[in-house]
Parts: sequence; structure tokens; C-alpha cells
Amino acid sequence: MAIEKMALAKAINASLRTAMEDDAKVLVIGEDVGKLGGVFRVTDGLQKDFGEERVIDSPLAESGIVGTAIGLALRGYRPVVEIQFDGFVFPAYDQIVTQLAKMHARALGTVKLPVVIRIPYGGGIGAVEHHSESPEALFAHVAGLKCVSPSTPADAYWMLQQAIHSDDPVIFFEPKRRYWDKGEVSLPDSGFAAGSAIPMPLHEARVAREGTDLTLAAYGPMVKTCLEVAAAAAEEGTSLEVVDLRSMSPIDFDTVQRSVEKTGRLVVVHEAPVFYGSGGEIAARITERCFYHLEAPVLRVGGFHAPYPPARLEEEYLPNLDRVLDAVDRALAY
Amino acid sequence: MTESTAARDPRRSSKRTSGSDGGSASAASASASATAAPTAPAHAPAAPAKKAAAKKTPAGKAPAKKAAAKKAAKSAAAKKTAAKKAPAKKAPGKKAPAKKAPGKKAPAKKAPARKAAQSAPAAPTAALAGGSELVQLLTPEGERVAHPDYAVDPSPEELRGLYRDMVLTRRFDAEAVTLQRQGELGLWPSLLGQEAAQVGSGRATRADDYVFPTYREHGVAWCRGVDPTLLLGMFRGVNNGGWDPNSNNFHLYTIVIGSQTLHATGYAMGVAKDGADSAVVAYFGDGASSQGDVAEAFTFASVYNAPVVFFCQNNQWAISEPTERQSRVPLYHRAAGYGFPGVRVDGNDVLAVLAVTRKALEHARSGQGPMLVEAYTYRMGAHTTSDDPTRYRSDDERAAWEAKDPILRLRTLLEREGLADAAFFAALDEESDALAKRVREAIRTMENPEPMAIFENIYADGHAVVDEERARYAAYQASFADHDADHAGAAGKGH
Repeated sequence: MAIEKMALAKAINASLRTAMEDDAKVLVIGEDVGKLGGVFRVTDGLQKDFGEERVIDSPLAESGIVGTAIGLALRGYRPVVEIQFDGFVFPAYDQIVTQLAKMHARALGTVKLPVVIRIPYGGGIGAVEHHSESPEALFAHVAGLKCVSPSTPADAYWMLQQAIHSDDPVIFFEPKRRYWDKGEVSLPDSGFAAGSAIPMPLHEARVAREGTDLTLAAYGPMVKTCLEVAAAAAEEGTSLEVVDLRSMSPIDFDTVQRSVEKTGRLVVVHEAPVFYGSGGEIAARITERCFYHLEAPVLRVGGFHAPYPPARLEEEYLPNLDRVLDAVDRALAY
Repeated sequence: MTESTAARDPRRSSKRTSGSDGGSASAASASASATAAPTAPAHAPAAPAKKAAAKKTPAGKAPAKKAAAKKAAKSAAAKKTAAKKAPAKKAPGKKAPAKKAPGKKAPAKKAPARKAAQSAPAAPTAALAGGSELVQLLTPEGERVAHPDYAVDPSPEELRGLYRDMVLTRRFDAEAVTLQRQGELGLWPSLLGQEAAQVGSGRATRADDYVFPTYREHGVAWCRGVDPTLLLGMFRGVNNGGWDPNSNNFHLYTIVIGSQTLHATGYAMGVAKDGADSAVVAYFGDGASSQGDVAEAFTFASVYNAPVVFFCQNNQWAISEPTERQSRVPLYHRAAGYGFPGVRVDGNDVLAVLAVTRKALEHARSGQGPMLVEAYTYRMGAHTTSDDPTRYRSDDERAAWEAKDPILRLRTLLEREGLADAAFFAALDEESDALAKRVREAIRTMENPEPMAIFENIYADGHAVVDEERARYAAYQASFADHDADHAGAAGKGH
């Protein structure tokens, strides 16, 4: 194990590299992933090292990318495809929902679909329309898919390893506003497959900060925001626990439950619109599990039921320190 | 990143396509080369019109045309309509466009009136038959005819085998329709009329090839060795697929229109990466040709030079919509825009389909990339058992196609040439009955899945929500056990 400090985007790059070194069946496919290294440079240098047969610049057609990835998976490959931005995934939505998610069941388990779909998602980068969305609930709602989102470089590295090794399709949501955040990553000496110690299961939540008064649950880009909230609250004498869910399908309700049984209050935070969002699912399940522990209703902080706003308004739309603190105050007021 | 097909295709520079730089539109519609030979990519920028015309002349004498002429009278009315609407786009003097006009169905692409007039007697028939570019090796009258680019020389045994495949496929299909009427199946998409398209193409594949079907490829499944009773499960509602695609290299039926063409293309990309010389066949229909996924499949297959044959069964109807609602050019012309060859074959002629598909597969296998085959056929039955074709098409149309029945014409040949005797036909009748019986028995003994099957095979590696819901539902189910036991007990006491 070598410990290296690197940005989240670089960790994904390193993870792809490890996976491709480990297994010749791993392919990287997407728009501009080759020579350019992806619009965020996440795949930088991979084509140079692994060649055009394995790092494949695709035609500009998302359904085609996912549809052919399904075919490649049926042939025994493990494609890792990149959708350039969250808002561009929808041409592929049909293939993802009607084919990728259901083919294993349709085949009564006789075929596996080890396809990873990487999607840079979320806002906060001042982008134009369709470049800042958080569509995770639309995928988490679909049986047959798994959805995860790392919040740190270490998770980005390891969770992508695990996603690639999964025999199920995994939608890998990358918090694009955190691409440049740095953190320590324990890199295996000899590749994932060689039996390096996996830090934790892919779909397990992590307590990112311990606290006693209230639980903040978040994933991806909002984990950092919640940690900042917890730090600010601590100055005011309030102790917040932060749970990094890491996985949106499945969700590790056990960890959230344990936390809520301790704190008695839960606020769920995500960038995605609150309405029909994952926060609603978490609120319902935790209410059922922790009814007698809850001191307040589960509250949610997230985007509005509005199209993602123009960049000059996104700070109003995205949950931030003040909006989360406001919800914390409301929950504590019960 | 990938070399273009042009760069890889040594035939690109063949004399058929060299020295010309005309508009590809006229090339596509006028040049027989597009149709005639996979060796002459349809997209080749215009074989010079004259050359094409010259080449066409012998084709004009081909028996296919003769057959067409015979029937001209039948559909004179249809032809007239076509002629009237013909736009004056095509260069005069080329005969091909007029012949290609699909007749009454394609308002958009009529041949110029002038041309239509020139070829007046042939046009209507050609339209009905799919145009003069149609590759045909066995006429509806059961006569063997030659084609300059495609040939098969099946032994009597092979001919009998193809006949048997088609007869058994039709019988299986008819039995399934009956079973639906009897309530044993919820739905059935009949392949009636498409037996030659399916058996011809299915028999062209090798064991190591891979097939991606729609939901109507019962004849292809038969040729691939899939137990026909397995096809019934999804239509009975006991599963959503129900066979292991890898056991016969026959993928699951796909219901979302056109999706499987991308899977086929991706699979073929994998085949190429593996350095294997297998090929992949993607089945789809005239309706699917409008789907974006099919367009994307063409693009991916083309730019990656994937060894996939796109096999389109143009059965003229996408439920109630005729092919002219999908396209204003013959479907096989679509290939030209993507840079690979397209060919239209008489989909009711099992020999032509066999020959064309073999050649297309060979094309794919030999590293030349994809090819589009449009099997021009007709869906004799309803779209599915839930459909009522009398609402949108005429009996006359059906009757015209009935005369071109794929099975009948091969039987005519077998009988006339003395290639099969009465004993063969009698034995086949018996075999058909036995198959039908086996299918009936299979369906009547097909068990409903256990309720807990809902939770099976959703994920390969499991999922906590599924586990939780399974456990809860099992507990819920179990909660009835005592009640049922009590109830049974009470009943036992004469309640």
C-alpha cells in the first residue's frame, strides 16, 4: 500500500488504470475519453497507455454507448462507459432502464451485465443548462441498477474498483464540483484483483463525523457541505453526526438507523430536487425504523421542483451551509 | 480512432465504384450495384449512371423480372397511383428508380411519371414484389432463377431440410396462435408469411455466430436449435425470456423496438476485439428502422467496422403503419448513408435469403464490416393476437402476398423436380403433428412460477432492498399459513 495525496478526478483515473491493468476485459468507452482524456481529464493518458482498442472514443450517441456496452458485456467484456454530463444521459435512459437493468432477470440469471456508467453530476461549477443536474433518483428507482457516489478521493478510487468488479450494472455518480478536491488514497501495490484490502463494502454507509444531537445524511458533493455545517454547528455548541451514504441503491439504512437511534433527529441533504428525491425514501424508511427514537420529523434539504436554474442562480438552488443549518435549527426546535 | 471502413475495405476501390463521383442519392436509387452485390457498397458514390444502366440491362432479363411482368396486370391500379405521384427527381433514362418505387405504399418516392410510363407494365408488379432490385432465386411459381451475384446450390437433402424447417416453424406458430385463443398464452406474435426470411437467414448462420432477435424470430430460434417450447414462457407470462442466450447463441427476445441492434453491434465489436471470425446477426423490422437505436447501431457498426449483419424483415406493416410511414427510400438504401452495403432480397424466397445472408455473413467475417439485408416479405397474420389487421389493410393485399407464399413455392419446386416424394411429405405431416402435440403438452404442464420468484435474479450480487422486501413478503405469505390451516381444519369439520 502506498498512500498518495491526489484529487478526486485523479483518483478515478488511477482506479481506471488499476482496473485495466488487472483485467484485459475492462474497456473505457465514451465521448472524448481518448486523446482528449475526457472533458474533465478523468481518463487522461489512458488511451496512450492502453490503446484505442481499450480506451474507445465513441460516436456522439449515448444510447449507442450504453447499448453497445451491453453487447460487449454479453461478449465477456467489462465496459466502463462515461456519459459526459448528467443532463446528457437521457438518450441512454431507455437502454439503461429497459435493457441494462432487466437483462439479468430476463435471462433468469444466465447472463451478467458488469457495466459501469460513470456520470459526472451535480452543480456548483457555473455551467450552462444540462451540465449541473442530479438525476440519481431516476436510476435508484429502477430495480436491477445500483447507484453509488463517492465523496472523497479514497472512495472514488476504491468504489470504482468495486463497481468494476461488480457483476451488476452500477451507475457511478461522480461529484464533479469535487473533482479537484484532494485527499489521501491508499493505492494497492499489485492491483485490486490481487487481493488488496478493500476499505469497506461498496454499499455501506460511513460515519464521516460523529455527533450526538442530530444526524445529517448525504452523499457525493453534499458530504463536504455537511461536514462544513457540522463544523459551524460545533462552534455553536451543537453536535452533528454526518453519515456519508456512499450508495443510493441500495441504501445502508442500518447505519442511518444506528445514528438516528443515537441522535433522534435526521436531516437528509442532496442537490437533487427534494420532491420524489432519495431524501423522501430515507425519511420514510427511517421513520418506520426509528419512530420511537425520533424527536422531530425527518427533514430534507435539496433542490427545488424547478429546472436547474441558470448558473447565476445556482447558489440559491443548491443546499449550502445556511440552508442546511436552517433545517438543523428547525429539527432541533421540535 | 478507428480506421474507416473505406480504409479497410479493399473492395472500396473496385471498378464498380471507381471513377465516379456523382451524387450518392442517384447512386443509391439508380445503381443496381447497391442491390446486387455486397461487393459493391451501396454507398459508393454513384457508379456512373450509364454504367449502372448498362449493368442493369442483363438484370432486366433476369427471371425475377419475368415473374414480375406476369403479375403486372394484377396491380395495375396500384401502379397508376405510384406513377401519378412520382416526383421528377431522377435522371431520365435510368430505369431503376421506377422499378424500385414501392408502389402504392410510398407516396414520397415515386418514380417520375415519365419513367413509370416507360416501364409501365413492370412497375406495379415490381412494387408489390419489392422492386426489380430484389434478389430472387426461386420465383413464386417455384422456378429456380439465376442471379449474377448470389447463388446457392443446395442438395436435394438441403432443400428438403429448408422445407421441413419452414413447415415445422409454421406449424409451431399456428399452434401457438391456437393456444392463445384457448387462453393458454396471453399473447402471440405470429410469424406467418415470414418463414423463408427466418429460416433462410437462420440456416445461413454458423454455430459460433450470435443472433439477436426481435420477439417474432420463432423460425430463427428453430434454426438455432432453441427448444420452441421455451419461446412460449414469456407469452404465457411465466417469465420474461426464459432461456440461456449462450446455450444456442440466440439472445433473448427483445420487446423494445430496435434496442437489440445495439446489443448486437456491441457484441460484434467484442467479437472483433477477440479476433474471432464469427459474425452477429441483428434482426429488426421495418418499424424499428425508424428507431434512433437502429440508426446508432448502424453508426457504431460502421465506424468500428463491426462484423454484424443487420437483417431487416420488412413485413410491410408496423402494427397498422405501412412502411412508407417509416421511410421514403427503400430501407436497404439506408445502409448507403452509413457507408456499408445494403441489399434487398425476396424475403419469401428461402434460397435467396440463404444466399444473401451467407454472403453478408461472409462479408462481416472477412473483416469488411456490417451489411444490411432487407428481406422483403409480408406479415400474413396480425401483428399479434391482440391486433385486428382488417382495420388497416385490405384482403386484396393479403391475397396478393398469399400467391407468393414461401412454403408453397419450395414445395412446387420439390414436387416438380421430384426431389421429395409422397413419403417425405407424409412423414413431415406426422412430424408436424407431433411437434404441435409436444407444444400443447408443454404449455399445459408449464407451471406458474413461485411467488418468491419475483425476487430472484434481479441482481447478480444481491441488493439489500430486495433482501428486505423478500423477507417481508415471505413473512406476509407465511402469515396466511395458520389461517389457511385453520380454515382447512374448519372445512374438514364439515364447515
